[in-house]
Amino acid sequence: MIRDQRRWQRFTPMQRARRAAFYLLAAAAIGQSLRAVDVIPEFLQDMPEQVADLFRRMWPLDWGYYGKAVHEALIETFHIATLGTILAIGLALPVGMLAASNLVPWRPLNLLAKLILVSSRSVNSLVWALLFVAVFGPGALAGTLAIAFRSIGFVGKLFGEALESTARGPIEALHAVGAPPASVFLKGYWPQVQPAFWSIALFRWDINIRESAVLGLVGAGGIGMALDTALTLLYWDQAAVVLLTILAVVAAAEIAVTAIRSRIL
Amino acid sequence: MAAPAPAGAIAADGRALSIRDLVKEYRPGQPVLAGVSLEIAGRGLTAVIGPSGAGKSTLIRCINRLVEPTSGRILFLGQDLAALRGAALRRARRHIGMVFQEYNLVERLSVMENLLCGRLGYVSAFRAWARRFDPADIERAFALLDTVGLGDFANRRADALSGGQRQRVGIARAVMQEPDLLLADEPTSSLDPKTAVEIMELMTRLAGARDIPVIVNIHNVELARRFSRRVIGLAGGKVVFDGVPESLTEADLNRIYGGENWQEAT
Amino acid sequence: MSAPAAAPAPAPARRDPFPPNWPARAAWGGLALYALYAASTLEVTWERFVYGLGNGARFIGRMLPPDFSKTELLLRGLIESLEIAVIASAVGILLAMPVGLMAARNLMPRWLSWPARGLIALCRSFHAVIVAILFVKAVGFGALAGILALVVSSIGFIAKLIAEAIEEISLKPIEAMRAAGASFGGVVAMAVVPQVLDRFVGFATYQLDSNLRNSTMVGIVGGGGIGATLFTAFQKFDYDFVLAILIAIIGVIFAGELLAGWIRDTFK
Repeated sequence: MIRDQRRWQRFTPMQRARRAAFYLLAAAAIGQSLRAVDVIPEFLQDMPEQVADLFRRMWPLDWGYYGKAVHEALIETFHIATLGTILAIGLALPVGMLAASNLVPWRPLNLLAKLILVSSRSVNSLVWALLFVAVFGPGALAGTLAIAFRSIGFVGKLFGEALESTARGPIEALHAVGAPPASVFLKGYWPQVQPAFWSIALFRWDINIRESAVLGLVGAGGIGMALDTALTLLYWDQAAVVLLTILAVVAAAEIAVTAIRSRIL
Repeated sequence: MAAPAPAGAIAADGRALSIRDLVKEYRPGQPVLAGVSLEIAGRGLTAVIGPSGAGKSTLIRCINRLVEPTSGRILFLGQDLAALRGAALRRARRHIGMVFQEYNLVERLSVMENLLCGRLGYVSAFRAWARRFDPADIERAFALLDTVGLGDFANRRADALSGGQRQRVGIARAVMQEPDLLLADEPTSSLDPKTAVEIMELMTRLAGARDIPVIVNIHNVELARRFSRRVIGLAGGKVVFDGVPESLTEADLNRIYGGENWQEAT
Repeated sequence: MSAPAAAPAPAPARRDPFPPNWPARAAWGGLALYALYAASTLEVTWERFVYGLGNGARFIGRMLPPDFSKTELLLRGLIESLEIAVIASAVGILLAMPVGLMAARNLMPRWLSWPARGLIALCRSFHAVIVAILFVKAVGFGALAGILALVVSSIGFIAKLIAEAIEEISLKPIEAMRAAGASFGGVVAMAVVPQVLDRFVGFATYQLDSNLRNSTMVGIVGGGGIGATLFTAFQKFDYDFVLAILIAIIGVIFAGELLAGWIRDTFK
């Protein structure tokens, strides 16, 4: 009987071939990387001793450094992250709207918007900071712009995707009553994407707090400058104070985001 | 398979299920099951009826220990299920198939993979991971799919099936365990009336072929009457009726569900 | 500013169909005030802005055309960045899987999920660059520090997402498999993994992408890869080479995104 000769296979041959190709590719990439990468294993053996040394140099903490240099830099970091996020949202909303193919049904414009978003995301915030430091000189302005330009891609991409996943119904209803485009956006799209929008904005702000803490390493202002100074002079007891401060701020930001999220979403 | 056991031989027959003084309290002092004792003999379908919250679901889940009983004994296949732990409990569960109201399939897996989930008690995690199931099990799964009328659906994903088809897969998965007892928790409550009858017929047929007892929680008294050999009425965590369906009177139903007028209203 | 306008004329008899949301308006007003205040601390003056624009024009002028002549230097850095990203992603994802599973509160007992969640929080709290600084101190300059830093951040990111994905799965199939006598491993293989697999592939490909981007960055603090080349080029004012490096990075990341899409399709 033919029925009894049925064989069960989890994947079609095509699926199997693709998976095999993936595993082969992954193995080759990892193998080649491991072989070629310039790693000196002795350094790894040395690690415990170096870490112990690190902690010895960090202790006791130099709390005086907080009042001297860290506190002001901390405030500046907060400003950089927040202002950068606000700026990014202002710039990202139009780009995100242009990227949404249901809102702007013209393919070249969608692609242009996507290109802007990809470029923004591909360049790291530290690299953006290097660029803006070169243009505007060291300081918080460069940091703010770096945060803003890095965030455009993130916010714009997610906002555009949220717009594309809106339901057609309410929008058709508004078109049907002859509403002008601005009203269609405000009363048709916006209510649908508003929760996503707030969630994206808060998420990005949380990330930006972390990112703005390192911008100072390339001179773009904020608490990273204090860290850079301490590191350059090898004052690990001061660096440890900065690290603990960053830890506290990151934790506080996470708590704040969780609280706001449960409030407004 | 063993011949049907005569009534007097129940205690000696390891395949009978014997529940003794089963108590379950989710919160101390508020028993959901307040001392249930039952003997369920070698074969046939036993329907458990009763109002919502009477403890039907808890009773059936205590048997395979998806719910931890507070006290009492559950004797089956020569051991006390209520006292088992770890690997011994898993070994005992292999022998008890279960059918669920919401089917409890893995939606993203194919029908065949869902069926093979019934063999997980016998297969190591690694073999399950690699889908290296026993060819004999796969053979049997195909045969079972033919039996439940889903022969061409083996590679279909479970989320592409209708409710009735999903429940057929759920039953086939339970039978894949080659169980000595089949439990079913409201297996027809999410289905339309015609499909519900088909599902009850299918369960009766498959359990009859394996000559094993079936315990079904059921809301629909008509279905209970039609398919069961024995009806157990549960109310307030206690057995208030136990007999053949023919002896189930309106007075009994009032005792089980409480109140007087609800039957006229329907 | 979007501060609330003057109070409207009282119209007590009519119910307003769109009652103004005063707390929300106050929040918007507060946010606008804050933005103005924070902007004022940046010390942006008109002269500085004009100077910046002029500087920017000169800067862009010196960037163009991009200088691809130092091909060998560029490729060496890029390849090292790729190696760092590949190894860090592989190790990070491999380690993140058990940690994420252990952190899922719906499957794991408290005594296991809390330490796992603590580990995740620790990995997430510092930016990869700061972790890289610490690893440069611990294992010296070079690719190893970069790899270790990215492994740490990968664990933090992926394990958290895995834990969240697992916490959202349906527990019904798990109940069914436990009822069939399945071991914990069997339940994971047949009920947990199929329910989270495509999301996991999404996270993993995103992390590969993200490690690729971050591997260009850890070099700035001595973690190896093209970041070091980039930083040096900046310091030497080789802005045309900077642009060449940036274009190369964007190209690699774009290729990485295509690859990620292919991987997601493969495992759908």
